[in-house]
Amino acid sequence: MSSPEQWTHPEPGAGPAATAAEPTPEQVIAGLRATTEGGAELTQLLTPEGERVASAQFDPYVSDVDDEALRNLYRDMVLVRRADRESNAMQRQGQLGIWVPLLGQEAAQIGSGRALRPSDMAFPSYREHGVAWTRGVDFRELIGIFRCSDHGGWDFRHHGFHPYTIVIGNQVLNATGYAMGQKFEGKVGDDNGEATIVYFGDGATSQGDVHEGFVWSAVYDAPVVFFCQNNQWAISEPTERQSRLPLYQRARGYGFPGIRVDGNDVLACLAVTRWALDECRHGNGPVLIEAFTYRMDAHTTTDDPTRYRLSDELEEWKLKDPIERVRAHLARGGGADQEFFDKIDAEADSFAAELRDFVFNMPDPPPERIFRNVYAEPSPVLEAQRREYLAYLDGFAGSEH
Amino acid sequence: MAAPVKSKVDGAVGAVQHLTIGKAINLALRTAMEANDKVIVLGEDVGKLGGVFRITDGLQKDFGEQRVLDTPLAESGIIGTAVGLAVRGFRPVCEIQFEGFIFPGFDQIVSQVAKLHYRTQGRVKVPMVIRVPFGGGIGAVEHHSESPESLFAHVAGLKVVSCSNPVDAYWMTRQAIDCDDPVLLFEPKRLYHSGNLRAEVDTTATPDPLFASRVVRTGDAATLVAYGPSVKVCLDAATAAQEEGTSLEVIDLRTLSPLDLDPVFESVRRTGRLIAVSEAPSESSLTSEIAMRVQQECFYSLEAPVLRVTGFDTPYPPAKLEEDYLPDLDRVLHTVDRSLAW
Ligand SMILES: Cc1ncc(C[n+]2csc(CCOP(=O)(O)OP(=O)(O)O)c2C)c(N)n1
Repeated sequence: MSSPEQWTHPEPGAGPAATAAEPTPEQVIAGLRATTEGGAELTQLLTPEGERVASAQFDPYVSDVDDEALRNLYRDMVLVRRADRESNAMQRQGQLGIWVPLLGQEAAQIGSGRALRPSDMAFPSYREHGVAWTRGVDFRELIGIFRCSDHGGWDFRHHGFHPYTIVIGNQVLNATGYAMGQKFEGKVGDDNGEATIVYFGDGATSQGDVHEGFVWSAVYDAPVVFFCQNNQWAISEPTERQSRLPLYQRARGYGFPGIRVDGNDVLACLAVTRWALDECRHGNGPVLIEAFTYRMDAHTTTDDPTRYRLSDELEEWKLKDPIERVRAHLARGGGADQEFFDKIDAEADSFAAELRDFVFNMPDPPPERIFRNVYAEPSPVLEAQRREYLAYLDGFAGSEH
Repeated sequence: MAAPVKSKVDGAVGAVQHLTIGKAINLALRTAMEANDKVIVLGEDVGKLGGVFRITDGLQKDFGEQRVLDTPLAESGIIGTAVGLAVRGFRPVCEIQFEGFIFPGFDQIVSQVAKLHYRTQGRVKVPMVIRVPFGGGIGAVEHHSESPESLFAHVAGLKVVSCSNPVDAYWMTRQAIDCDDPVLLFEPKRLYHSGNLRAEVDTTATPDPLFASRVVRTGDAATLVAYGPSVKVCLDAATAAQEEGTSLEVIDLRTLSPLDLDPVFESVRRTGRLIAVSEAPSESSLTSEIAMRVQQECFYSLEAPVLRVTGFDTPYPPAKLEEDYLPDLDRVLHTVDRSLAW
């Protein structure tokens, strides 16, 4: 990425009119660079070509990751990607109301998710299907949200995985409060400490809730890792619409560390998140991680990215694919052979087929579901509405309706 | 009202165009922006993308990035800065992507948008519009199908309107922009692109007043009152009832704050029966207010209690259940029957 100085201050004399004009080819290229390059401060342990990069600070955090562990990370990413692609296809076939693709963000999600311990808590946004996977939430438990048959019903305590949050930024404050609770209960301070991680996008950083989350977590030393997946776009708006500075640098203003990691490098995401969680466990939180990545697909299945982004950009990012680099690394170092890759592909195929089967046979919820769980304690008003509505439906029994 | 301006929408040249609700709003924004360079549009994705519903399609291309602002992702920011822009003499039109996302901006709406004129003893005007796509029936996930309009109608200092057809969509947008008070325009999102609601929009016509309700179908057996997406449901119900010999009057409320209930009172005095229809939950809502006022004004004319068909007092359910949740033709007719049987 070009340095902030280069892209925050317009040329002297260049008024707002300059931004409204068609960009010059040089500007287009500069913009492309700014998007696709993470800059000198990008933490990376595996290059896009699959070469291992040494890091004095972060290698200790992945010293236990041998070939087998790497194969497992590879498997995670392949399965999650396949489920994502299958779900996208099922939306096209009318089986799902909408799908929110994670394509391209597998490393950020698997790397960070696998850094968590069972006692930690994760607060997702709505795209965190990969993190859900690492928390043991079955895709079948997730998919009802997108089939529009439920709002998400997994046992969040059991999984340490909070319900999805669609309202941008809300969960950042919720996570901060949860982490404050961990602190108040004395669950931080040593290696066995607990921590919380919260996921949000680059667009979300503009919301007041996120700013307030940063302030509160700093003031109360909350053990929370803010994990921003900067996938470069908030629907049609590029990160530059949200910030003048690289996002990780914002942490400084709140008084805690911020770090930018290659979000397409699963090993680096694992290492950096382990480090950040470790800081939190020991009472040195909060920490902001900016995972520099890219949304390879549309924002959701209702979005049309051809209206706002360059195809060059997409091509550029394909070269940084998070799965391919692990594959290259494993193949090159002899950590896995063709038989292994074929086995994982076959597993992915049957995983996708099972998911499809499950979705196609998913029953619709009964009407009385509307009235359930509105309150923890019974509500006579609602009970009356429920009775009246079910009686009304009964009136149609046997008729055409 | 500014002089009518020829439009580029659909390549049309004349003043009369055959438009959907969505295109009518687009045309209204365009003509308002052409007529007054202080009119600016702001919101998330309203520029290049043309908004998630494409309502602002093409505007940034023609008016530039300083009149059509792709804003940071922050509703409090959109609404709060619009207040400042309005104070400075602009006439901002904010787009909220979905009604469920207006709440980060709720504080600004309640504390500043609604009260600035009052607090400054009339010295500061806040001539801004907040466009809110609302209502269900699009098969969406959470927060994309709600009907929170009663919350805003309850706030003194705001004007709240809702359109149900392309002609109103055009004129209400134009008139809301011209209004010196802040106006929230609730737009029935599931009807935006509805082809069979297309209508002739004459941009040179004299529009009905913005803050007035309107009888959209006459009848004498009972009165239905609705707004936004429910107007179509009521009109369809009235057509179905007619086939069975029951003639229903339908009133499109149009203005939710201030409420214009005179046409409703007049109608109820003739029909003796009122059914209020809305997708919002019923408790403490606009339909509650309507029922109260009608019993107060029309007590001796009522042949049956005021009834209503609404969403339930629950959060909006998963979309697989929205057919149960939303008032539909059957529920309206069932309620008409109950009223007639009294
Ligand atoms: C408060 C709020 N406003 C608007 C929206 C509509 N919306 C959904 S996703 C999105 C863009 C989010 O971008 P980002 O935070 O970068 O996350 P990403 O989806 O790219 O992961 C918007 C504007 C919303 N969900 N919540």
